Amino acid sequence: MIDSVFGLDLLSALVVLPALAALLLLVLPQHKRLIRWVALVLGLGLAALAILAFRHYQLTDAGAGYALERSTPWFELLGASWHVGIDGISAVLVLLTGILTPLAILVSWEIEDRVNMHMALLLFFQTGLMGVFVTLDLLTFFLFWELSLVPMYFLINQWGGPGRQYASVKFMIYSLGGSLGFLLATQLVGWAVSAQLGAPSFDMVTLTETWPVLANTVGASFLGIPIETVKAFAFIGFFVAFAIKVPVWPFHTWLPDAHSEAPTAGSMLLAGAMLKLGAYGFLRLVIPLFPDVWVAEIQIPGLPATNAATLFAVLAMLGVVLGAFAAFAQNDIKRLVAYSSVNHMGFVVLGLAVAAQAWGEQFIAGGTERLQDAILATNGAVLQMFNHGLSAAGMFLLAGAIYHKTHTRDLTQYGGFWVKAPIYGGIFLFTSMASLGLPGLNGFVGEFLIVRGSWPVFTLLTALAMIGLLFTGAYILKGIRSVLHGPFNMRWRDTQLEIETREVLAIAPLLVLMLVTGVAPNWILPVINDSVTRLLGGLAG
Amino acid sequence: MSELVLPVLSLIVFIPIVAAVIILFLNGEQRDLVRGVAVAAALAVMLLSLAVYVGYNAQVAEVTVNQDALLASGSPMAATQMFAEGLAYEEHYEWVPSLGIGYHVGVDGLSAPMVLLTGMVALAGVLVSWRIDDRTREFMAFFLLLVAGVFGVFVSLDMFTLFFFYELAIFPMYLLIATWGWVELRQYASMKLTLYILVGSVVALVGVIAMVLVADGFFRTAEGAAVLQQAIAAGIVSPGSTSFSFDMVNLTLAAEAGAFDVPGYGGVETLTFARLWFPFIFIGFGVLAGVFPFHNWSPDGHVAAPTAVSMIHAGVLMKLGAYAALRAGVQLLPEGAQVHLPWIVFLTLINVVYGAFIAFRQRDFKYVIGFSSVSHMGLVSMGFATMNVIGMTGAGLQMFSHGAMTALFFGCVGMVYDQAHTRDIPSLGGFIKRMPWVGLAFVIGGLTSMGMPGLSGFIAEYPIFTGMWAASEQITLQAGGLVLSNYYSVIVVLAALGIVITAAYVLRVTGQVFLGEFNAALYPDVGDITITDRVVLVLLGSPLLILGVLPGVMAPMITSGVGPVLAILGGA
Repeated sequence: MIDSVFGLDLLSALVVLPALAALLLLVLPQHKRLIRWVALVLGLGLAALAILAFRHYQLTDAGAGYALERSTPWFELLGASWHVGIDGISAVLVLLTGILTPLAILVSWEIEDRVNMHMALLLFFQTGLMGVFVTLDLLTFFLFWELSLVPMYFLINQWGGPGRQYASVKFMIYSLGGSLGFLLATQLVGWAVSAQLGAPSFDMVTLTETWPVLANTVGASFLGIPIETVKAFAFIGFFVAFAIKVPVWPFHTWLPDAHSEAPTAGSMLLAGAMLKLGAYGFLRLVIPLFPDVWVAEIQIPGLPATNAATLFAVLAMLGVVLGAFAAFAQNDIKRLVAYSSVNHMGFVVLGLAVAAQAWGEQFIAGGTERLQDAILATNGAVLQMFNHGLSAAGMFLLAGAIYHKTHTRDLTQYGGFWVKAPIYGGIFLFTSMASLGLPGLNGFVGEFLIVRGSWPVFTLLTALAMIGLLFTGAYILKGIRSVLHGPFNMRWRDTQLEIETREVLAIAPLLVLMLVTGVAPNWILPVINDSVTRLLGGLAG
Repeated sequence: MSELVLPVLSLIVFIPIVAAVIILFLNGEQRDLVRGVAVAAALAVMLLSLAVYVGYNAQVAEVTVNQDALLASGSPMAATQMFAEGLAYEEHYEWVPSLGIGYHVGVDGLSAPMVLLTGMVALAGVLVSWRIDDRTREFMAFFLLLVAGVFGVFVSLDMFTLFFFYELAIFPMYLLIATWGWVELRQYASMKLTLYILVGSVVALVGVIAMVLVADGFFRTAEGAAVLQQAIAAGIVSPGSTSFSFDMVNLTLAAEAGAFDVPGYGGVETLTFARLWFPFIFIGFGVLAGVFPFHNWSPDGHVAAPTAVSMIHAGVLMKLGAYAALRAGVQLLPEGAQVHLPWIVFLTLINVVYGAFIAFRQRDFKYVIGFSSVSHMGLVSMGFATMNVIGMTGAGLQMFSHGAMTALFFGCVGMVYDQAHTRDIPSLGGFIKRMPWVGLAFVIGGLTSMGMPGLSGFIAEYPIFTGMWAASEQITLQAGGLVLSNYYSVIVVLAALGIVITAAYVLRVTGQVFLGEFNAALYPDVGDITITDRVVLVLLGSPLLILGVLPGVMAPMITSGVGPVLAILGGA
């Protein structure tokens, strides 16, 4: 199996090469066709690398720790190193990011203004995302986490819709606000562990082993502050940063603006890949670092005793239900799809809440009877991340395709498009159904696993979230009805509405993956399951 | 420590002076010839300073190993020896031996990055002044004199020579601002700047002379003479050293031996020389680094100065203050640093947060950058106040990073102003479409300024903050009955607020000046920049990226530079 490219190991190449490709695009002659084709070829090459990394994990290292691991000192003063490696969870997300980028490039064919910058930013964005998914060092994790904001800000700000100024600044301020707490929290955790070890270290593997024990030592203190307080602050810092990114209700209000104003390629990557950063952060950092915080009893006056994991599940349920309601209320096609992300990511959060609960119990009591449920739910959450990546990218592509032809996002102006655009109609229907969770398509598998896993743990909340699914059906049908059915708006009589071949090519891989994952999820589930089982079972063993 | 045929550091200092003299003899009408000589000189010193940096970088590992060995040896003069043996490219000649004054130059891990920075900014400054047509000859000559003065301070290892060059830098600065500056402000600003800096440096000079006298007294005692003899025998100080000397190595030796920590100074039981004089020396030099509340000259000075002078002023001159404060203050008066830095840290906090806040409130593009320098230089002093290796290394990195970044900023502002003839932020907009190079450079500088990871600002600020956390438990402040402990952790959190405000003003300025809609009716002639300007942007922008991605090219060097300072702080 190939594990190095141009002398770089595969994972480092996945991070470094997109940035180099972006630079190449900036210095090429300003010829639009040339730039587009070069960008596409580079994007496809990088996708091939991502697939290679996934296959590598699948074939060689499944079940044995991190694959393709490399570590070299980077910033020795702080004990930070260039430490990369993937497990099943990150392998899936690397694959998703790798696939989505060339498709986004293909969709950006319609961009005429400063093509080279636009394409370069898409590739640069890939560097940020890949960096977060493959790194095992907290400082470089933060580095790439922040780095991914910049290209997206400029994509929205320079190539976005009419409200782009407001949307891009809101996106940036929300994200930076979250990052500030994250930054201070990494310093607290990193430095407390470093003080304990006697040498600075930001290694995530070391941190997740040392910090939970240190943070649970009775009477320990850091900077003269009781460790419990430090722990609480660090938890809040991490939690808010990731909750904004997912987004967890009620931290989601930046999302509809950013998604709907971004250019099509930006929306695809934002919804398809960037939201996964937050969920990944919960799984990789917040749950392993603070197992006991999630299950510590919280007493809210007037309510039965509860804990953070349960409250997290409450937020998840609210995200599912209210996200669906909000989507249903929209008359703007991109906002409708944007709120559907809140709705779908709500299920991911529900799965994470189960994982948090089980992990916490294991940590405190040394074992839990919910291990099997938690494994199922976490598998579902990771799969749902992948699935939502496919369907949200697909939906945004379709919304962009129709917007590009009609120059309006207003659903009330659409109607009866199936007659004039039968291929578009078919694809729209298929993608909507995948998003809805129709059995036989990918969405169903992930949601089923989450619900199956969370039912025994959070029965009432799961039941309420299921009611939310009803509204998911409602807003999906509303979208289909407004676009495809009903009386044809004569305004578009002379407009070419049918989807272009290029756009069909861009969405085809997504459609294939939706179907394959729905019918035969076994190509991806074992990869996720091995890592999740090891992660959750690790404490028991 | 290394054998060198060429007196590289002297060349770096004297090439600009010689070039300035040559330029003065040229015909003032032949502007291109004047520019040619200036560029040739600037390019030569830039390449030489790069060679010094690379040459020193190659021996950092060896220096570090040697330092660790010396620390472990527990020798009573370990810190001085670390300092003396860490020096490279040394040249030592007697100048006025009867007064203990020598021409002693050399670089260590702290000054080598500063020399490189000066070389870069000097070249960028000459290139950016290409379009100056009014008395080009005099402008270039003064500018090169200023550069020589700055280089001189960074390479001096003799307090007298250091002052000599320090003052040499200030006078061309005054003339450059007063003659070629922004017409509405230049008289006021140049006067204000010069007076502030002169007063600060005079206070510091008095302190340094007092220090030399105290050291003299110490070396005359039996105990002190023994220490000096021992140091001469060990080859730490030069063989001909007498008790009265301005040499930094000799003064470090006195400091390490405790000459400045003797109680009963001035007849007061609890007072020592270090305790009394540290604030004067540190803040005296700190004026030039913009330490609150003596920062007031800096935004006006930056705004009034012509572009090249703003670049060297904010980019290098402010570092000169910080550098001298570290050398003369912290390194020579460690006990004073331990007593006083715990309260000076509050001033630096005000610098960071208040500076950022005022920057946010400005309408004038150049004032935004001016106040942002005040804010960022606060982080340098804050790094000093940690008095540990992580924070101090961060401060060193921040000096370099801020130098390149702010010079880049002022370059961008100048290029926009040259074409738009206004610096009023609300009336600009969409300039990235017409000036993509400047826009991109400003974005890179802006992201560095807000501490975006992957750029040098993050590499500098993260260690400063980490150093503050690490220092928190060690430092207690006692004032009367009030005892503060562990307050550094609170200061970090408050300083982080400064970062948020920085992000806000960077986004605001970038959004209003470079993004948004371009008004073609108002600015019909705005077009892309010349090739010399592009060189300037690349020259100043690339270090931000390189250092951000590969901190290993500078961080170990600075760590080795702060090694002796920390050793002496630990031993005091």
